[in-house]
Amino acid sequence: MSAATPVSISVIRTADQRPAQVAKRRRRAMPYLLLIPAVAFLVLALGYPLVRQVMMSFQEYGLAQQFGQPAEWIGVDNFSRLLGDGYFWLVVARSIAFCLVNAGLTMVGGIALAMLMTRISTPIRLILQVALLLAWAMPHLASLTVWQWLFDTNFGVVNYALTSWFGLDFENHAWLIQPLSFYFVATVIICWMSVPFVVFAVYAALTQVPGDLLEAGEIDGANGWQRFRLITVPLIRPVLLIVGLLQIIWDLKVFTQIFVLQDAGGVTRETHLIGTYVYQLGIKEGNFGLAAAASGIILLLTVGVGFYYVRLLVRQEDEL
Amino acid sequence: MTTIVQPQPQPRPTDAAEGSKSLTPRPGRRYPFRSAGRATANVVALVAAVGWVFPVYWMLNSSLLPQRNVRSREPSFLPVDGSLDSYRRVFETDFVNSLRLSATVTVLTVVLTLAAAFLAALAVTRFRFGGRKGFILAVLIVQMVPVEALFISQFKMLEGWQLLNTVTGLTLLYVGGVIPFTIWMLRGFVNGVPIELEEAAMIDGCSRLKAFVKVTLPLLAPGLVASGIYAFILAWNEFVVALVIMNRPETQTLPVWLRTFIQANRASDWGAVMAGATLLAIPVVIFFLFVQHRMTSGLVAGAVKG
Repeated sequence: MSAATPVSISVIRTADQRPAQVAKRRRRAMPYLLLIPAVAFLVLALGYPLVRQVMMSFQEYGLAQQFGQPAEWIGVDNFSRLLGDGYFWLVVARSIAFCLVNAGLTMVGGIALAMLMTRISTPIRLILQVALLLAWAMPHLASLTVWQWLFDTNFGVVNYALTSWFGLDFENHAWLIQPLSFYFVATVIICWMSVPFVVFAVYAALTQVPGDLLEAGEIDGANGWQRFRLITVPLIRPVLLIVGLLQIIWDLKVFTQIFVLQDAGGVTRETHLIGTYVYQLGIKEGNFGLAAAASGIILLLTVGVGFYYVRLLVRQEDEL
Repeated sequence: MTTIVQPQPQPRPTDAAEGSKSLTPRPGRRYPFRSAGRATANVVALVAAVGWVFPVYWMLNSSLLPQRNVRSREPSFLPVDGSLDSYRRVFETDFVNSLRLSATVTVLTVVLTLAAAFLAALAVTRFRFGGRKGFILAVLIVQMVPVEALFISQFKMLEGWQLLNTVTGLTLLYVGGVIPFTIWMLRGFVNGVPIELEEAAMIDGCSRLKAFVKVTLPLLAPGLVASGIYAFILAWNEFVVALVIMNRPETQTLPVWLRTFIQANRASDWGAVMAGATLLAIPVVIFFLFVQHRMTSGLVAGAVKG
């Protein structure tokens, strides 16, 4: 009997183990099956182009290749051509400066408005929130269209207001043909578009700051600025960091605003930032190898900042 | 306008009220000098509100004014004797064609993104498997890749596949662009529905699939709607890829159409241009108001595209 028992057990086991094992294997395959469509889209739309772009940046890929000639491997020639070109460095330096100025102004403006929102009466706050929300909700192309109209040379309301309300000579002033004033307009537009998100995010964080902490600070003799710097900022630091990083990423890769304003001003060489320069090199001039190399540099810059952002996010989640 | 004012006044109404109460002590009690400060703050806030809303107002106003008032040295600040004439002129262009194209691409993007992202979100939340963490991290990193740094090779790829100027090509790129964030967002929603609910239904005799469809799916509906709206807004607004991929006049999506339309009319007909911008903005603004409270927290918790 003692010998028979294990046998019978093993018989029983094999009898109902087969379906159980199949079910288990199916359960094990299940998550991978569920991932197939998403992975397929990611590979086709992002993965493959990414690999191809890296390859292209090491190839001679110009107009001749457009007409069927095989692309030749040329090592780092594209990169050395770009990096040896003073104009490319100028564009990169401009992009970084533009990004820092815009991200900085957006953050300062957004934080200031969010602080303001904590000390105004409720109806006014609702009005401000609706106004910010409307601006935020506008599609970029619609906003850019309106802003071009506001800054229009002949009939723009900005020129009208500066001339007839402030007595300045802005009649028929063209804003977009001189690089500095071009960047000024672009900065106004970008801040107008991006400040609302910063306000909402920072305001949500500010409402979580316990009031008694601030009051305690006040009793201890801290003035308003000290309370802000020593109590509020450390408490909302995670949100400030994430929002600030997002601004930097967005403003580094800025394309649409500059591109559309260039349509209006007609000045491109003096106003290119790295995004529009890649477009010029690749799509307009057909120099795909060079454009791919220049894109690689945007990629490095944004993904570099992005890694830091992902680290913050992952740390925020207790478990992935 | 009423729809615009109504929904979702702020992220957390109660917290906000409490927050402002404790941050700003009641005037007249311990801090009598504060009421003057609050009045100043109110005025500054109103000025800021006017600054932010003015461009939106100006778009509507100019789109409703008759042409002679738009092209005038003295701007008209109110749409008195307004007309819909500018809108009529918009409909005389390729607008309808582009509208149809944009609607098709947007709907396809939303449906495909939701389907694929939903399955992926289930996989990473309801199963433990090798490579799960790797996949989530890959999704987060992939969404860092800005399309501004990728459109060159995306263009070459679609050119090689004969998919330039096609709905298929554009939709493929849009789904790829939106899906990482959608997976991340839906993952949060699915995590919010406890697995125990499903298990209870299975004990009561439901099959695994039935338990899922009857119990979990209805609870996920708000998450699916929010993610769908998010995909809608991105696909509807997208400009860079559409500009590069859809380079023929008859295959322009609405944002690209609007750019061409400004170029053609910037000297002559700003009224019609503003009408076009308004028509582009209306659906997005309405949808945006539904998801804005999620938008803020969503962006802070994981979106880079926007």
